[in-house]
Amino acid sequence: MSNTSLLLLAFRALRRDWRSGELRVLAAALVIAVASVAAVGFFTDRIQVAMERKSSELLGADLVIASPEPVQESFLQEARRGDLQAAATLSFRSVVLAGEDSALAEVKAVGPGYPLRGQLQVGDQPFAPAQFTQAIPKPGDVWLDERLLQVLKLAVGGRLELGTGSFVVEKVLAYEPDRGGDLFSIAPRLLMNLADVPATELVQPGSRVEYRLLLAGDAKRLENYRSWVQSRLNPVERLQGVRDARPELRAALERAQRFLGLAALVSVILAGVGIAIAARRFALRHWDSVAIMRCVGATQATVLRLFLLELLGLALLAGVSGVLLGYGAQEGLTRILADLAPVGELPSPSWRPLAPALLTGFITLLGFGLPPLLRLRNVPPLRVLRRDLGPSEQRAILLYGPAVAAVALLLLWQAGDTRLALYVFGGVVGTLLALGVAALGLVKSLTVLRGRVGVAWRFGLANISRRGTGSMVQVVALGLGIMVLLVLTLVRNDLLAGWQATLPANAPNHFLINIQPTEVGGVQQFLHDRGLAETRLFPMVRGRLMAIDGRPVNPENYANSRAQRLVEREFNLSWADDLQEDNRVVAGRWWQPGDHGKALVSVEQGLARELGINLHDTVQFRIAGQLIDAEVASLRTVEWDSFRVNFFVIFPPDVLNSYPATWITSFHLDKARKGLLTELVRSYPSVTVVDVDALMGKVREIMDRVVLAVEYVFLFTLLAGLVVLYAAIQATQDERLFESAILRTLGARKGVILQSLLAEFATLGLLAGLLAALGATVLGYVLAERVFGFHYSPDVLLWLLGGGAGLLGVGAAGLLGARSVLKQPPMQSLREGV
Amino acid sequence: MNATQYLVRAENLGKRVPSPEGELIILDGINFAVAAGESVAIVGASGSGKSTLLGLLAGLDTPSSGRVWLAGTDLNSLDEDGRAQLRAQRVGFVFQSFQLLPGLTALENVMLPLELADHADPEGAARAVLQQIGLGSRLRHYPAQLSGGEQQRVAIARAFASGPELLFADEPTGNLDRRTGQRIIDLLFSLNRQQGATLVLVTHDTELARYCDRSLELDGGRLQAAEPVSAAAPVELGLSVSV
Ligand SMILES: Nc1ncnc2c1ncn2[C@@H]1O[C@H](COP(=O)(O)OP(=O)(O)OP(=O)(O)O)[C@@H](O)[C@H]1O
Ligand SMILES: [Mg+2]
Repeated sequence: MSNTSLLLLAFRALRRDWRSGELRVLAAALVIAVASVAAVGFFTDRIQVAMERKSSELLGADLVIASPEPVQESFLQEARRGDLQAAATLSFRSVVLAGEDSALAEVKAVGPGYPLRGQLQVGDQPFAPAQFTQAIPKPGDVWLDERLLQVLKLAVGGRLELGTGSFVVEKVLAYEPDRGGDLFSIAPRLLMNLADVPATELVQPGSRVEYRLLLAGDAKRLENYRSWVQSRLNPVERLQGVRDARPELRAALERAQRFLGLAALVSVILAGVGIAIAARRFALRHWDSVAIMRCVGATQATVLRLFLLELLGLALLAGVSGVLLGYGAQEGLTRILADLAPVGELPSPSWRPLAPALLTGFITLLGFGLPPLLRLRNVPPLRVLRRDLGPSEQRAILLYGPAVAAVALLLLWQAGDTRLALYVFGGVVGTLLALGVAALGLVKSLTVLRGRVGVAWRFGLANISRRGTGSMVQVVALGLGIMVLLVLTLVRNDLLAGWQATLPANAPNHFLINIQPTEVGGVQQFLHDRGLAETRLFPMVRGRLMAIDGRPVNPENYANSRAQRLVEREFNLSWADDLQEDNRVVAGRWWQPGDHGKALVSVEQGLARELGINLHDTVQFRIAGQLIDAEVASLRTVEWDSFRVNFFVIFPPDVLNSYPATWITSFHLDKARKGLLTELVRSYPSVTVVDVDALMGKVREIMDRVVLAVEYVFLFTLLAGLVVLYAAIQATQDERLFESAILRTLGARKGVILQSLLAEFATLGLLAGLLAALGATVLGYVLAERVFGFHYSPDVLLWLLGGGAGLLGVGAAGLLGARSVLKQPPMQSLREGV
Repeated sequence: MNATQYLVRAENLGKRVPSPEGELIILDGINFAVAAGESVAIVGASGSGKSTLLGLLAGLDTPSSGRVWLAGTDLNSLDEDGRAQLRAQRVGFVFQSFQLLPGLTALENVMLPLELADHADPEGAARAVLQQIGLGSRLRHYPAQLSGGEQQRVAIARAFASGPELLFADEPTGNLDRRTGQRIIDLLFSLNRQQGATLVLVTHDTELARYCDRSLELDGGRLQAAEPVSAAAPVELGLSVSV
């Protein structure tokens, strides 16, 4: 047969089969699979495009030198000599006061020229249209973002106090290209002039600040400068170029991409199950026509090619629809997440995600849909005479192999990392197996009920039991969808509430940091006078870990990203003569009075493990430009959950006295007494108050949004679960027609048949819901006991909601899908059933 | 005319279906009546419309013309559910291909019509009938676990369990070998006699037709040698044509 005529034949077959239904289910499954992948793809692509287009802008420069200490003077001079543009910034956190209101702000003080790349945008009113500006705040003026204005209940023109300085709010800061900090920065922004910093008296030795020298200019000159400066950096100075601009943003994007991508794969796998069911029925219904084709001389290859062409045509149509749907759905994700990523206005997505999404569709279709089609090849032509003849049974490897291979391939691709892929694959297979076994148990246990219910219910239950495997697949597919949503809503709240309940009611909810040595006595007295007598102040010296037992410490030596981050930063070092109440020494011993002044340290056990520090190792710190060696005298455990001040590394007294130190403390303050904080900041302007409640509120808000995004992606999972339900309903539609005909022949009213359908689907839904609740409970339990370390009490609501949602949702959906069995007169069904 | 004297009556019954070559006439101008207690065979060649007629008589399908009276009720005056209710109360079925529900056990299959007719003790009655036909030890078996003959016996048990006044059978032995078929026939007729039910039996087996009181022959959708139906003496008329 010529290729053109084969193509024509396939096209005609596609048109004919489309009308008959099972291809529609197949297409729906495919559309959902492609759409879920495309939605995530388009969304992350938009952020990626934004980052690529604006990488210089995101840095505010072409090259940046960042340091917790003032950047070396010679660097600026060399930049001037090399004809590069330069600008300086300084950022720190501080409390801002406006009348009775106070808020923690991320302060950025900027010098002339800032930003060297990109532009600031400002407005005259909050939420008014913003304009580009070349200027920076004039001395005495500050620009606040909308959030800070809101918290301080300030308007443009209002006054605020920052440290010992007083400023006028001149503009609303709408956009800054190099919005620093984390992807999800916690505190709102205050932009001020660098010249005003001394007047605030906020920057003292030992304060946590970041100095940045921004540089920009001709690429060649920049390259020269880079090689000149590289060898002259001190250990705390870091160089950031355009290529490594905003590594935290890149890392967050990559993580989001992976995570949302894997979430989308759950829908793809479920859709695959729907495809498998629909393809099986599709093939089954073509046994007769294949037998006839073979009979009149079509070869096995021709038959196979014909059906492959038909399916590929379908895949193309469904794929394109899926991509379009995904493009639309992406908009929703963007609404939820975009303003968490500080990259400004998002460009429209590129078409880069198109190919991966389509390819995902093809791989899923081939993996799950191919086996029954391959079997068509083997339909014996003799079937035209003996209708009971079918193709030989397929071996299990041929039946399931392609699907497993497809899932593995997609996972590997999406996770981009073999180990992660393996974990997720194991997790998926394990979860599916566990759910499958549980579902089968539930299905089997229905038999017990059968003797005790009326005719319609018995018939419905009997149907579930008889289609055991099919029922199990449906229960698992629907259960998985419901479970994911339960975990993301109820279980998440339970965990958060459970964890918060483990905190003592009077757990510290405020930290005071940046207390200067001269202020220690005064602050202590202040707190003491106001009934916070037991509050203890701890000294804090900042130092960088340089070496462990003579081996230089280098972030690249650690595989684990947490360890990398730990050694990249400066540590807060402290000293104490006695051990804090909730600390326990687990190795070595705590120092005696005789040890004071000796170069010893006590290290937190978790940190020691992470960085490979052992008891009696010598650790070297660089503090204020000097190196100091100390022996690890003990390892401690710390209750981090307590919100009390704790340190990774503690020295004995009389070792760090000569270094610049600030003091820190934490205490509990009732909401009603928050006014005390304003009073404190007025008396001690350079002290920074961190409100843990507000911080937790912000963290929770971010978490809520991320969860919302994940829920959004998992909506596709629920849809895919419904497609599995419809595929299964359709696969059993002939049986159902026949059975409903017999029931009616025997005198059943329509109501009885509807009731039996309802019984079947409501029960399936209930089982799925209960399974989901079970899965969610187990997951909640494991997370609580293993990860968060508190006792998890199962939530009754989980079972009510899961069971109820399954019962009603699946009951209604199933009834809707299957009710057409009532349309045909019984005679016709009986005639066809014979 | 008192229609209640006939359990079943067809009046000018016709069935036409659309087909690519124009309208296809399956049944045309069928007139006959079956009196209570009578057994009637409907015979004819394959494709002559026997099953179609049976379906119309039982209200499983609607006629294109004419009407069917079942136990004094005009089926046209009932809706789907009304017809179903009538069947549940008065009618039993036996089919060529057994038509048991594969998901239900033998016992549950027999219980089904009893439950649909709101019988007081469906399980007890179903057990009793199954015992009677010698399947007491197969109550919990599913149709797929039974032989063809056994399945047909379950179907007969299902048909008789609710004590119907009227029994429709369509080629009840068509799928069975001769000996098993004979046993099924014996069972069918002995139960029928025992319960005093009216039987309408479709078959192309003239041998089998002889067991009935009389035969009606269908040919090309029309009744051959149409029996004169007298309103005056339906019962005598029925008996007079007996073998
Ligand atoms: N719904 C329908 N559409 C088209 N043709 C139909 C339909 N129902 C029945 N027929 C045709 O009507 C004719 C009579 O069919 P019926 O099944 O009643 O025959 P029968 O006498 O029972 O045959 P057999 O002895 O083979 O069972 C056949 O030619 C059949 O193809
Ligand atoms: Mg027939």
